[in-house]
Amino acid sequence: MELRPILATLRRHKVILWLLMLEIALSCAIICNGVFLIVQRLQHMDMPSGIAERELVQIQQAPIEPPADRFARAQEDLATLRQIPGVQAVAMSNQVPFGGASSNGNVMLSPTQPHPTLNAAEYFGENLVQTMGLQLVAGRPLRPDEYVNADVVIKALADGNDKGFPMPMLVSQALATRLWPQQNPLGKLLWLAPTASFRVVGVVATLARANAYNIATAQYSMIIPVHMGADKDQSYLLRTRPADRQQVIAAAVAALKHADPTRVITHMRAYDEIRSDYFKDDRAMAGILVSVIVALLLVTGLGIVGLASFWVSQRRKQIGIRRALGATRTDILHYFQTENFLIVTLGIVIGMVLAYGLSLWLMLHYELPHLPGIYFPVGALALWAIGQLAVLGPALRAAAVPPVVATRSV
Amino acid sequence: MFGYYLDLALRSLKRNKVLTTLMVLALALGIGATITTLAVLRLLSGDPIPQKSAQLFYPQLDPYPANQPFSRSGKRVPYLMSYIDAMNLIHARKAERQAAMAMSQVKLTPPSGVGKPFYAQGVLTTTDFFPMFDAPFQYGSGWTAADDEGRAQVAVIAGSLNDKLFGGANSVGRMIRIEDHDFRIIGVLRTWAPQPRFYAVHLGGHSYGEGDAVFVPLQGARADDLMPSTMMGYGKSIDVEHLETAPAIWLGLWVQLPNAADVAAYKMFLGNYAKEQVALGRYQRTDTALSGLMEWMRSEHVVPDDVRLQAGLAFGFLLICVVNTVGLLLAKCLRRSREIGVRRALGASRGAIFTQFMVEAAIVGVAGGVLGLVFAELGLWGIRHQPAQYASLAHLDLSMFLFTFVVALLASLVAGLLPAWRACVVAPAPQLKAV
Repeated sequence: MELRPILATLRRHKVILWLLMLEIALSCAIICNGVFLIVQRLQHMDMPSGIAERELVQIQQAPIEPPADRFARAQEDLATLRQIPGVQAVAMSNQVPFGGASSNGNVMLSPTQPHPTLNAAEYFGENLVQTMGLQLVAGRPLRPDEYVNADVVIKALADGNDKGFPMPMLVSQALATRLWPQQNPLGKLLWLAPTASFRVVGVVATLARANAYNIATAQYSMIIPVHMGADKDQSYLLRTRPADRQQVIAAAVAALKHADPTRVITHMRAYDEIRSDYFKDDRAMAGILVSVIVALLLVTGLGIVGLASFWVSQRRKQIGIRRALGATRTDILHYFQTENFLIVTLGIVIGMVLAYGLSLWLMLHYELPHLPGIYFPVGALALWAIGQLAVLGPALRAAAVPPVVATRSV
Repeated sequence: MFGYYLDLALRSLKRNKVLTTLMVLALALGIGATITTLAVLRLLSGDPIPQKSAQLFYPQLDPYPANQPFSRSGKRVPYLMSYIDAMNLIHARKAERQAAMAMSQVKLTPPSGVGKPFYAQGVLTTTDFFPMFDAPFQYGSGWTAADDEGRAQVAVIAGSLNDKLFGGANSVGRMIRIEDHDFRIIGVLRTWAPQPRFYAVHLGGHSYGEGDAVFVPLQGARADDLMPSTMMGYGKSIDVEHLETAPAIWLGLWVQLPNAADVAAYKMFLGNYAKEQVALGRYQRTDTALSGLMEWMRSEHVVPDDVRLQAGLAFGFLLICVVNTVGLLLAKCLRRSREIGVRRALGASRGAIFTQFMVEAAIVGVAGGVLGLVFAELGLWGIRHQPAQYASLAHLDLSMFLFTFVVALLASLVAGLLPAWRACVVAPAPQLKAV
């Protein structure tokens, strides 16, 4: 295909050419950054929790009359729940991944350090590894005899008493790698308060935090052998087969109510609901972004259709002459397709610069990472596709112009 | 003359239905997207209490130890206050009104026979809360400073809670069980839910949506061990049994300062207070801050970033739609060179041609605005069905309704400028020759 006649024609329609290029460039800039934002949301929503999500149910309850001994009550409840048919394991936890309400501690690598090294989630509760289906990649799980009641620990902390420390703990792989890169974390010590030291006895592959806002720190978690008493902030977690979840919830609520008819069940849900609830804003944003980008492509496409149709009808006579001089229908079709490809390519080149600028601006105003290079070809491909699709109709109409047009006066 | 242009424009638009539809549709999509996101943004970043916001201020103090700054950079003043400091500032009465507050998720037990216990959002606060924030009473009133000091077991409840528990009847004097303690109802609020819920920033709970259900005196509620939703410690650990004296921040304090002189005086007072505390050995830093309500909403990013991003995106989209319309209008106008030539030859001035084309653009704009309004309503309907916190609030008010047409008209007139200018500089002679 000879490019020269196309360029010569375009040179005579500078204003419309510029407008088309501008429109394509703006679309390109928005599409590159928009798709990046969508992918970011999807990645965020896809964050691993490390637990057996499809097999877990959560029940939260609140006693009307506070039990005389909330630790004994927790053990009784757990024993009751263990009896329910279909339940494979039970645990009580102070938080669940993506649960929202979180409990976190400031981690120090020495007791005299002025600033904490980082902040990590503190999971309390027995039997969490088995119930949540965590994968232990090094060391050993926590033993039942290592667990201490929360009130004992709180009192020791308040008194500045270091009896009972260091306590054993499990850490997530991400936390271990961050604190002791390239080293074996087993046996290492860390401090959550100047008097509270902990020794790492095991490492779990993944365990996300309850408030995993930041993808970089979302997997910093610790499991500490502390028993919490039964209260409204604790969750009973039950592991079961995915198909049995609703029955298990119903049976567990009935059993808990039977043990204490006055208590209030505040939450009862399969874990899936917790995840979907936590990421609802991301889902909403991704949905809105997708609709805007689709609308954008539509508008750009319609614009190209409009201008191409105008061009075709304006050049009917030229087309007729070319046909009369021996150009085939395919030649005419290719002419308009090539012309569109050229314009879109020019637009994309400008668009790349705009996309880069927009990405810098977004980084400045919103906490966003740099736009990775891969999104530039994605935007380009989308626009080339839209351009070719939009020009096809007008180009076919142009190809259908009969050579006899050339002989008519206008 | 205008009627004639209108007639010409309508004829021209009718002649080329596909192009006209494309222009109107593209403009309407842009307008619809922009108005949808702007309506949400306006709603979320609006003034929660327009009649008072200029007088409301949020003081901050820094009780954190020298070697343990509140923020890593050491530049931020803590955004909550310890009980001791909050009480000192309240008792100093240096502002016209002042109230401390904390949020608490509380268990409410209805009077026997009305239903099961349930959880609701409670506010622990002090006497000035209601007059300072203009909370309207349906029945009864708030409590007094004496009730605060006397740890009175009284409560003000929201109208919605009153409807739920007492069928909307005057419940003043009745009892309500909060976290297993009896409180006497002394007031019932009318519907009151500032958006955003400015007074609860950093205290826990949601920023948008329904109002809080129950309000109780801070000291009285703490005597019954009601726990605040958020607390941050700066000591070895937080002794939750003695939160009042623990090295922990868990209260928000708001003050009402009617004029600039009061604000300056209060700033001075805060600075002196911090210096005094340093002298007493309680503090190691003298940093303080005093922010106005709207300034505080902005600095604390109460409006979700997502919403601002969406609005920006929509404006980009509108820009593309306008460029698109310019192109299509231009294409149309270039096709009509001959018509323009004839009109010029018959005596129409350049101004007349320019006006004619602008009228045509304006008609496209108005049509785009009407259709854009339909798209905006559709968009808002879509947002209301999104699971976001603020979703249920999304709607179009009269001013946004009018604004839509202003935006549409402006967009189309800007889009019409270039084509109209090109049209009016068409030289009549060559066009006539070709006929």
